[in-house]
Amino acid sequence: MRPVPLQELRTRTVPLRAGALLAAVAMSLAACASSAPSAGSGQPAPQTSDVMPFARALQTVPSPDPRVGLGAGLFDAEEAIWNLRQVAFMPPPDEFLGVTNSDLAFTGDYAIQGNYNGFQIWNVSNPAQPTLEIGFVCPASQSDVSVYRNLLFVSGEGMGGRLDCGTEGIREAVSHDRLRGIRIFDITDIRNPQYVGNVQTCRGSHTHTVLEHPGDTENVYIYVSGSAQVRPEDELPGCVAASPADDPNSALFRIEVIRVPLQNPELAAIVSSPRIFNDLVAPPTHGLAPDDIREIEEARARGAFIAEVMGQTFVLPDQFVRPMLDSIVVRRGGTGAPTAQDSATLRAALPQMIAAMAGAREQGDGPRPGPTQCHDITVYPAIGLAGGACEGYGLLLDIRDPVNPVRIDAAADSNFAYWHSATFSNDGSKVIFTDEWGGGGQAKCRASDPMEWGANAIFTIENRQLDFKEYYKLPAAQTPVENCVAHNGSLIPIPGRDVMVQAWYQGGISVFDFTDPNNPVEIAFHDRGPIDPDQFSMGGSWSVYWYNGAIYSSEIARGLDIFELVPSAFLTQNEIDAANTVQLDYLNPQGQPHYAWPASFALARAYIDQLERWQGLSAEEIAEIRGSLVSAEVLSGAPQANMLNRLATRLDGNVAGSRDAARVRLLADAVRALAAR
Amino acid sequence: MTQTRSGWLLAATALVVMTACATGTGTQPATPADAAVRGTPGGPDRATADMEALYRARIDSARSRFTDADVEFMTGMIHHHAQAIEMAQLAPTHGASGSIQTLAARIINAQDDEIATMQRWLRDRGQPVPEVHRMEDGRVMVHTPGMQHGGGHGHAMHDMPGMLSDEQLASLRAAKAADFDRLFLTLMIQHHKGAVIMVHDLFATDGAGQDEDVFRFASDVQVDQRTEVARMELMLQALPPAEDLQ
Repeated sequence: MRPVPLQELRTRTVPLRAGALLAAVAMSLAACASSAPSAGSGQPAPQTSDVMPFARALQTVPSPDPRVGLGAGLFDAEEAIWNLRQVAFMPPPDEFLGVTNSDLAFTGDYAIQGNYNGFQIWNVSNPAQPTLEIGFVCPASQSDVSVYRNLLFVSGEGMGGRLDCGTEGIREAVSHDRLRGIRIFDITDIRNPQYVGNVQTCRGSHTHTVLEHPGDTENVYIYVSGSAQVRPEDELPGCVAASPADDPNSALFRIEVIRVPLQNPELAAIVSSPRIFNDLVAPPTHGLAPDDIREIEEARARGAFIAEVMGQTFVLPDQFVRPMLDSIVVRRGGTGAPTAQDSATLRAALPQMIAAMAGAREQGDGPRPGPTQCHDITVYPAIGLAGGACEGYGLLLDIRDPVNPVRIDAAADSNFAYWHSATFSNDGSKVIFTDEWGGGGQAKCRASDPMEWGANAIFTIENRQLDFKEYYKLPAAQTPVENCVAHNGSLIPIPGRDVMVQAWYQGGISVFDFTDPNNPVEIAFHDRGPIDPDQFSMGGSWSVYWYNGAIYSSEIARGLDIFELVPSAFLTQNEIDAANTVQLDYLNPQGQPHYAWPASFALARAYIDQLERWQGLSAEEIAEIRGSLVSAEVLSGAPQANMLNRLATRLDGNVAGSRDAARVRLLADAVRALAAR
Repeated sequence: MTQTRSGWLLAATALVVMTACATGTGTQPATPADAAVRGTPGGPDRATADMEALYRARIDSARSRFTDADVEFMTGMIHHHAQAIEMAQLAPTHGASGSIQTLAARIINAQDDEIATMQRWLRDRGQPVPEVHRMEDGRVMVHTPGMQHGGGHGHAMHDMPGMLSDEQLASLRAAKAADFDRLFLTLMIQHHKGAVIMVHDLFATDGAGQDEDVFRFASDVQVDQRTEVARMELMLQALPPAEDLQ
């Protein structure tokens, strides 16, 4: 009676290709040989290296992609998995089966999984043996969940959500039994959630974000993003669907900020409705991708005419240039073909002509369009910033005053349909915005769909401004019967790297490295075939997050999947071990935590592995450093500290000569922290 | 004239309950912890086939919760989308600028997929399914088998908010290059705003939009098209003033 024993799943585990495997073996042998002399007699033998240079690791990417052509099935679909191990799969309990599973939040040993029928609380103290603590029936879409201490917050947006958690729905277009907004539960007793209150909002709550304000120990804040239509005023007084120009109380063009008094959560209420979108006049697209810049530079070298229009660089097409040149010929009273002098005249006059055109545009006192709401806001209190994914814009917000977030930059992108969510790099120097093109209910990863559409856009943040770098989209084409587009994910705390795991609905989950924002690289994945081979059926991973060593994926139709990373050409066991030293008390992925790594030998070894992978130090130096660490590990007390401090000092000396000085510095700091333990 | 398929719903619910009882999980668990299901080896588990049967029954049951207003919305929106596709298909042959061609390609891709979604929704519920035909001359015709030409209520379809009149369509067909760009944006903004109004009207109707698929779809249409309207208004502002084109 075991329905889905993992070892019996029709799984395509992707092996290293033979060539790559040989290369790996050869590498390890070489590492052994080179490190042997430095080991010295009487010292423990240094570990062999299984680190593959990055360029060679790229050649281990499975080809053809095993995700293409997977067999269909609800609970028996064929699966492809690469550089991950599935440790558990839990179908939903009966009350939730066949009803959409949505977002996840975590507290202590528990994973809380939203469902349009309520929420499920899983005990994941052993991720390989999860157990259900409770399935709590209280219907509302989308049941986006967050936790803060003893409180659980649940979003309600759909028409059928009832204040009394009843399952009968609500038929009337206007009803005082309807809940659209935030439900608040006390989960002090995890098996017995107590419904303590609601906050009703004009557009319901599609998603929400919990924000802790440093220094305010008595309250927690919730940013509510509502995207559905505004409720009738008869149902919720004060809700105005008219545009702000017609009525300043409009429920459009704003987010809602709820303050929750932690001692009296039933008194939670809206405290402000910041209009963070007002007068948004962002350019119609963000800056150019490096490839585009290269193209323009090549065109410039060819002598093409280049124009700056509204902050954007364009190569002027011939059909645009020719009449301008002709008019210059006419103006000087000449005839025939334009001369080189005419070209020079045009080149000199071009900026002024463009400015005149732009000026003429500005005179037109047209509407100032902008987004009417955010889909989702990711707050990163550690750096005082939030990323707002707001319809046609990605916003950068200053949230140091949580009640009054201030927009500091905005990006738009003609390739983006709908800015959906944001994830910052741990150091806050990059932010990834996702485009949920088609709303998640459409197949947008077909071979025919452009890789820039329904993708992630990776930005760096320089001087608090967004600077576009590159797109990343699930690289495996999916079938037309699988809903697929960029969706929710979180960082995995691999020290020294920016690694994210992300849900792509029925495209499965994809782990990718965006340390180099210009070259994001996929390093692991899991995917199932479609639910139904013949017709479109909603399913797939709604969201996937790393939490305390495991990767949890909420599968819309199938349940809860739990994975662990396995070492690969892209990731060593040391890096995984170091990531797993990060322990969180709770996690709401839209309230991004700052990862800090406690001192550990794994952390130091992770940095060493990375220095080898990206050739930041010579093979000899790396072998010697590894040897020193091995020697130090068997010591204890002052001798160990002394040895580690000597190593750290030595590493300080390596910084200047390294191609990867920053990482050598990280390593030196990690070794010094180890000595100070 | 709204009516839920309550008989259907009752039957489906009964089926769900019976299936649940037959799965071996038995009656409702005494304590929530007993509801635990284990997919990993070693624990008592429900059979995959039983779970799948319950899943299907619940999906079917959810499909029975719709009203005439939902059907009218989905049917009408297929016609509405078809006209957007007809407009967008003109871009490549009418000298549209690169950005307008990209926008048009996106509109075709998005609305093609949404039409398929709406057709599937209607088919799953045993409703007449309008078919969309692209004619050689560039027109996009909607025909519902078993109904008279034009979907049986062609005139009503023209009355939907935002639909272009025959004169507007003709003027768009006649426009070229920069004139086309301007007219295309202006008319597509009108057209998209109409779709947003249709969503508003749907939710103002008792019983409508309760179906999860309709709610999600209508909300997405509202959000996507309003986002696109905002983008198109920016593009329109960025066009050179019309008098310069003469």
